[in-house]
Amino acid sequence: MALDQIVDGLSEVSCDVLVIGGGTAGPMAALKAKLKNPKANVVLLEKANVKRSGAISMGMDGLNNAVIPGYATPEQYTKEITIANDGIVDQKAVYKYAQNCYKIIEELDSFGIRFLKNENGDYAVKKVHHIGTYVLPMPNGETVKKALYRQLRRARILISNRYMATRLLKSSDGRIAGAVSVNTRTAEMLVIKAKAVILCMGAAGRLGLPTSGYMFGTYENAANSGDGYAMAYHAGAALANLECFQINPLIKDYNGPACAYVAGPFGAYTANNEGSRFIECDYWSGQMMLEFYNELLSGKGPVFLQLKHLHPDTISEIESTLHKVERPTRGLFQQGRGVDYRSESIEMHISEIGFCSGHSASGVFVDDNARTTVPGLYAAGDMASVPHNYMLGAFTNGSVAGIDAMEFADSHDFAEFDAADVAMERDRVMTPTKREDGIPPNQVEYKTRRLVNDYLQPPKVTRKYELGMRRLAEAREDMQERMIARNAHELLRALEVQSIMDCADMAAHASLYREESRWGLYHWRTDFPEKDNENWFCHTLLSKQDGKMTSAKRAVEPYVVPIADDEKDLYDKQRIRASA
Amino acid sequence: MPLASYQTSVPVVVDDAKCIADKGCTVCVDVCPLDVLRISDMTNKAYMAYDECWYCMPCEADCPTGAVTVNIPYLLR
Repeated sequence: MALDQIVDGLSEVSCDVLVIGGGTAGPMAALKAKLKNPKANVVLLEKANVKRSGAISMGMDGLNNAVIPGYATPEQYTKEITIANDGIVDQKAVYKYAQNCYKIIEELDSFGIRFLKNENGDYAVKKVHHIGTYVLPMPNGETVKKALYRQLRRARILISNRYMATRLLKSSDGRIAGAVSVNTRTAEMLVIKAKAVILCMGAAGRLGLPTSGYMFGTYENAANSGDGYAMAYHAGAALANLECFQINPLIKDYNGPACAYVAGPFGAYTANNEGSRFIECDYWSGQMMLEFYNELLSGKGPVFLQLKHLHPDTISEIESTLHKVERPTRGLFQQGRGVDYRSESIEMHISEIGFCSGHSASGVFVDDNARTTVPGLYAAGDMASVPHNYMLGAFTNGSVAGIDAMEFADSHDFAEFDAADVAMERDRVMTPTKREDGIPPNQVEYKTRRLVNDYLQPPKVTRKYELGMRRLAEAREDMQERMIARNAHELLRALEVQSIMDCADMAAHASLYREESRWGLYHWRTDFPEKDNENWFCHTLLSKQDGKMTSAKRAVEPYVVPIADDEKDLYDKQRIRASA
Repeated sequence: MPLASYQTSVPVVVDDAKCIADKGCTVCVDVCPLDVLRISDMTNKAYMAYDECWYCMPCEADCPTGAVTVNIPYLLR
């Protein structure tokens, strides 16, 4: 049978804990769940292949948020992330991460992942953030996925590659019961009954359209189409602060990080066309992105990452990282343009919008045990609401989710779902394959994402949003009534478009709900240009209520680590001011 | 509505002389996060079937014979 030919089929399996997504958080969640109860069945479901899936497909250059005794304290880290997020943080989860992450670093070290040490044998932590010191380079960062995979095999985790989860199943009393998935190469459907489900499905990174016009030239791994956000939404889970978009400073056109976290500690910095610094700190925050955006439009752009003043040996050292891990084709890209970091600065631009709590704060709402608002459903990594959690946060919170989910599975039996829900989902999934004629998924996707750029990208203008929502509704109608999929691969893309469309709607809805500006560029509303702490010092939770998208306020939990009044606006002062 | 095919130069190139897909190797097809590589029915060699590339490199890095080259997609080159 040729690959991609559509096969009609439906089978059912069951397991104790189902982990969906085998990138960063997922493997750790599966591993911890299995170690918690070695007799239990743990299934790791992955749309691509666990060996090379997710944001760290080609490894990572380092840890961006390592809280290492002697360099930083959990209190200090919690304070910094709270301030960087304009105060809208449930600190308990951030504090728990900060307390646990060192243990995870030691565990990763035992897996064979090395971290940079100085001549005394201490971790060589670097400063990139505004206040504290948390960046720890990984000299063999390209081996991360391999090291994780070895652990999964050793623990006998059941891995199912090339299955895309499409919807979650619940019992009539609202508890999680499993998930429906589809094979991305045959379109055969698989129902997985589970006592607990952990979503680790990454960012919504295919939401905006990159300025290059190449649909898959996204900042995030382009496989991360926001399926987790869409699935959580349709299961009735709450999603937090989706209006706090992810927007990043990237190498123009290449659309990957330059990367200031790697080069900054060696002395590289962001500069304008005059060669002057204009931001205090290269740590990615909405406030920093607003200054970046302003500089680009001010006539003082383009913006560059400045390296050429450094010693050639230092530049070679930076290159050896940038051109080996995370996005190794950076070297090829610069070579193609004849750019040598020794003589030329790196032209930077800002990325398309997306959802990603890894760098901002937009995610499926979770508490400090990685529990969503649906009993038995967990989330971790870039798609869960713990802010700025990066790779180490995915590992650490994935670990929390795995342990708690196995405890849940150990104390609950399978919940019963309605067979009619499966039949309905099968019908929804397969509909584009039943049409003889229509619009291919790539066109629906391009149009949707172009509309996201035209109407939803900040600055957010109410009138533009209203028009954008109308245009998106028209595109949705095309998607539902006319989209075709002629083989299993096209069906995969057709299903991804549906996630992208849901995320676009959620981005618009959440942005209109919060009537203030906050998080710098991430939620800059021209009709409400000021921060309004009196009315909006709160989370916003978006969810599906009686089939309709709704938003509500949720109070910020009392702080564990108090923030003094004169510290609250430290991240608001990103622009370098001329001083006498 | 009738469909037309759309011309595009694909970023991933496979050297048929080095590719051992005809001996049963599927490594590049297996590891691709976007699932865009296939084995040709005609040549039994790997090729890029869908221009949906993140220029991420697992196909090139994991190929046992060095047959795969990832180029930067033309639109962003």
